[in-house]
Amino acid sequence: MRAINRKLFRDLWQMKGQGLAISMVIASGIAMLITFLGAFDSLHLTREAYYERFRFADVFASMKRAPNHLLGRISEIPGVAQADARVIVNVILDVEGLEEPATGTLISIPEQDLPTVNDVALIKGRYIEPDRPDEVLASEGFAIAHGLNPGDKVSAVINGRRKDLKIVGIALSPEYIYSIRPGDIFPDDIRYGIFWMGRKALATAFDMEGGFNDVNLRLIRGASEQEVIARLDHILEPYGGLGAIPRSLQISHWTLSSELDALRSSGVIIPAIFLLVAAFLLNVALNRIVALQREQIAALKALGHTHFEIGMHYTLWGLTLTGIGGVVGVLLGVQMGKGMVNLYNMIYRFPFLEYNLQPLTILISLLVGAIAACVGAYSAVRKAVALPPAEAMRPEPPASYNISWLERMGMRLLLSPAARMVVRNMTRKPMRAMSSIIGIAFAVAIYIAGVFSLDSMDVMLDVQYNVVQRHDMMVTFVEPLSPEARYAIDRLPGVTLTEANRSVAVRIRHGHRSRQTAITGMNNDAQLFRVMDTSLSQVLLPPNGMVLSKKLAEVLGVERGDLVTVEVLEGKRPIRQLVVTDLVNEYLGMGAYMDEEALHRFLREGDLISSAYLSVDDLHTPALYKLLKNLPRVAGASLKTAAIESFWENLGESMGMFVFFTMFFAAVIAFGVVYNAARVSLSERSRELASLRVLGFTRGEISQILLGELAVVTLIGIPLGMLLGYGLAALTVHAYDTEVFRFPLAVSMKTYAVGVLNVVVSSIISGLVVRRKLDHLDLVEVLKTRE
Amino acid sequence: MTLQTTPSNTATGNLIFSAKGVTKVYNMGEVPVHALRGVDLELRESEFSVFLGPSGSGKSTLLNILGGLDVPTAGTVSYRGGILTEATESQLTQYRRHHVGFVFQFYNLIPSLTARENVALVTEIAKNPLKPEEALAMVNMGDRLDHFPAQLSGGEQQRVAIARAVAKRPDVLLCDEPTGALDIATGVVVLEALERVNRELGATTAVITHNAAIAEMADLVISLADGRIVNSQRNTQKKRPNELVW
Repeated sequence: MRAINRKLFRDLWQMKGQGLAISMVIASGIAMLITFLGAFDSLHLTREAYYERFRFADVFASMKRAPNHLLGRISEIPGVAQADARVIVNVILDVEGLEEPATGTLISIPEQDLPTVNDVALIKGRYIEPDRPDEVLASEGFAIAHGLNPGDKVSAVINGRRKDLKIVGIALSPEYIYSIRPGDIFPDDIRYGIFWMGRKALATAFDMEGGFNDVNLRLIRGASEQEVIARLDHILEPYGGLGAIPRSLQISHWTLSSELDALRSSGVIIPAIFLLVAAFLLNVALNRIVALQREQIAALKALGHTHFEIGMHYTLWGLTLTGIGGVVGVLLGVQMGKGMVNLYNMIYRFPFLEYNLQPLTILISLLVGAIAACVGAYSAVRKAVALPPAEAMRPEPPASYNISWLERMGMRLLLSPAARMVVRNMTRKPMRAMSSIIGIAFAVAIYIAGVFSLDSMDVMLDVQYNVVQRHDMMVTFVEPLSPEARYAIDRLPGVTLTEANRSVAVRIRHGHRSRQTAITGMNNDAQLFRVMDTSLSQVLLPPNGMVLSKKLAEVLGVERGDLVTVEVLEGKRPIRQLVVTDLVNEYLGMGAYMDEEALHRFLREGDLISSAYLSVDDLHTPALYKLLKNLPRVAGASLKTAAIESFWENLGESMGMFVFFTMFFAAVIAFGVVYNAARVSLSERSRELASLRVLGFTRGEISQILLGELAVVTLIGIPLGMLLGYGLAALTVHAYDTEVFRFPLAVSMKTYAVGVLNVVVSSIISGLVVRRKLDHLDLVEVLKTRE
Repeated sequence: MTLQTTPSNTATGNLIFSAKGVTKVYNMGEVPVHALRGVDLELRESEFSVFLGPSGSGKSTLLNILGGLDVPTAGTVSYRGGILTEATESQLTQYRRHHVGFVFQFYNLIPSLTARENVALVTEIAKNPLKPEEALAMVNMGDRLDHFPAQLSGGEQQRVAIARAVAKRPDVLLCDEPTGALDIATGVVVLEALERVNRELGATTAVITHNAAIAEMADLVISLADGRIVNSQRNTQKKRPNELVW
């Protein structure tokens, strides 16, 4: 090893504590980069392979009922590679061990061959056999949630009759990587399952012989999705077509894509923050090293070392720390990435989802770390290179100070000399103080930005379930029923209040933009489900016209008072222009609302109802569930509390880990920033502090001067960090502003408090570590020599 | 064997310091260095003493021990009857805080504080201090109160350091090469300040120097070599600093 490199390693060993603190911040940044990008790679590559192998569709359409021969016409649409017709129905399930009714989606599959589009991946058991109408494949999530295996049975209520479905296989489909019951906010594997059943058996049970109600298309490469959808809608219109959607709007695909987008943006922003802080730390530390080694640099130059060699020497300081941080970061990142993929395996169902880290990702991460190190080292390296050797042989001139602007503003008299030392040191090197303040601010902000989503979710659930939807249960019907059904429901045991709704599938057009959604007809004096703004004020429905959710209006480019064209996709399929009288800011979906009477007039129908919200007395729920499981016209019954509970149960543990890691990384930043600043100050001022000790100052008093500066930095950084955290949270909320969810920007006092406390404790710990060094200050030695 | 003679003949005033058999051994790596080899010494109230000796003679070590900055390996030092060598770390801090004033070769001022504030640093923790302005006036620095160290010459910085040392009305003023970094004219100004402080405040003053000329302004001159006191004598007639020739 060259002597100059020996010097490097021995010098680094001398400052191992400080070096380690910087390395750990770099390690955190690289670990985050590896975690996010590794999870992205894994999820993305797996999804692509899955879609390809199991022929995931490009276009999805459902209709009331189309005759089988129509499939030929659909296949002939230019651009269509394959078309597959299916029957899909939702049924109520009666599962052993579950008191309340669950919902099942039954999907037809060919008895003989595999589906040509949206194939199923068999995980366990076997495929169904022809002429065995009771055989089904059950979705893996549901099977695991209930401990079901091939050979077990589930009861379904099909057209009012109970039918036993015999599970012969456990399966998955690219269509339901993320499976959620229509109308739910979170996936619930206990109360929602997918079942694949022979086409003939399903068609027979639901009077669909010779017909289908769902079609999926795979397109040839380069085909125009829009054109195919337009032609498909045209063909399906007479058959009750509900409007085709492209893959990008399919709920499972859409959810997964937003997750991938989020991973990619988090994978850039969060590591960037860590590496920025690391560059700051390196900058401060290395500038101090160069100042301390002036004489050594002069000697090296006098001995004939080139500028390049000297520049390289100090650059290598940064790169060595990055190397150490890189190794730790990659190892940590791989572990965290695996943890993340395990978490995904709980939410998303893949036949295979393995952790997959591309070598290129590692390379990029290390390269980014190295760039951060070079940026951090730059100013110190330049100083070392530019130092004229003759001047460097002499010690640095004494530091000059001024009365700070703070004191000139009148604070002077309030400050003791010790406090003035603190203030003047900070104002003398404002950039350094600023970078420490920013570092602390980031430590607070990272925690807040990471954890606020839980607060946000809390607020959303609270608003959604305690203010907007105040029902206990929602019952949906197979098809619209006459108003008498309402009284039948009213008479069910335990039902204390019933509010019926009419909901109808529509396509709303404005100019060239359009969206499929549902219009819900409601009463202004409804109690259980109301149209509420996020400001928690009720939005009143006009006697004519409609109210749109703000997001839908934004997508359609509609403003209050505009006319939109509404095409009803059911029944007599009327088309009419309606005025948008008001917009409502909602967290979920893209709803449209009308007065119930106005909707009935528009649909040219009587007082039909399609769903009901119930308020239920807890005492009677078992009896109510039992009855619901057997009601012929009920397509589904969903319970509000059950949904929330199962969500938190599922994610509680993972969230705990997530919060822990966020805290840990925030603490690493805070510790690194304070420790580094303290060590540099100590190195610069040990002589000054030793002089004070000689003058009779106690250890506590000189600690106050050194640590006081850090306390000031921390105290300024904290409120800044709270603001920054709020800003990052706002950015996140904005990024998640999608057609399915909008999150409220809510940061709880608890999140602020924990984020601040975390940083305060880390700062105090690093302060105490440095305090121990102060106690061992050599008073005699430090006075003998001029700095 | 030490060759010292105890200066008892003309000494007046109360005994402030009494050192007996003070030995100091430093371990420089693997080699023990004997900085002091059994020193006995007595200093009396208001005395102005000068310690002479070449580099490595042990004079700084002795001064540091008297000032409570360092502890001997063997021997005892008492201050006004209290045993310094048995004091705890925090007792030594209190001792320095309330009884001792230090002046160093390189001033050791706090660069971020003005002259007045450097002095205030001490007056704020002392029991019965001078006002910072008074202390600075005493060393003729009354017109440079709000200057930072970087704005002062070496002699001026040293006078601020003296003002800082005396502002607490110390019982003992210890100066390690106070003129070592200064030219002659400036050195005289600094010595005048020391002399005036010694005279007006009555602080027992000990000055380390390797400049023998300074010895002529002292009451007591102690010479060290190789860790021992080799000579100790009283001046019958003290010179004023501006009469010194070096």
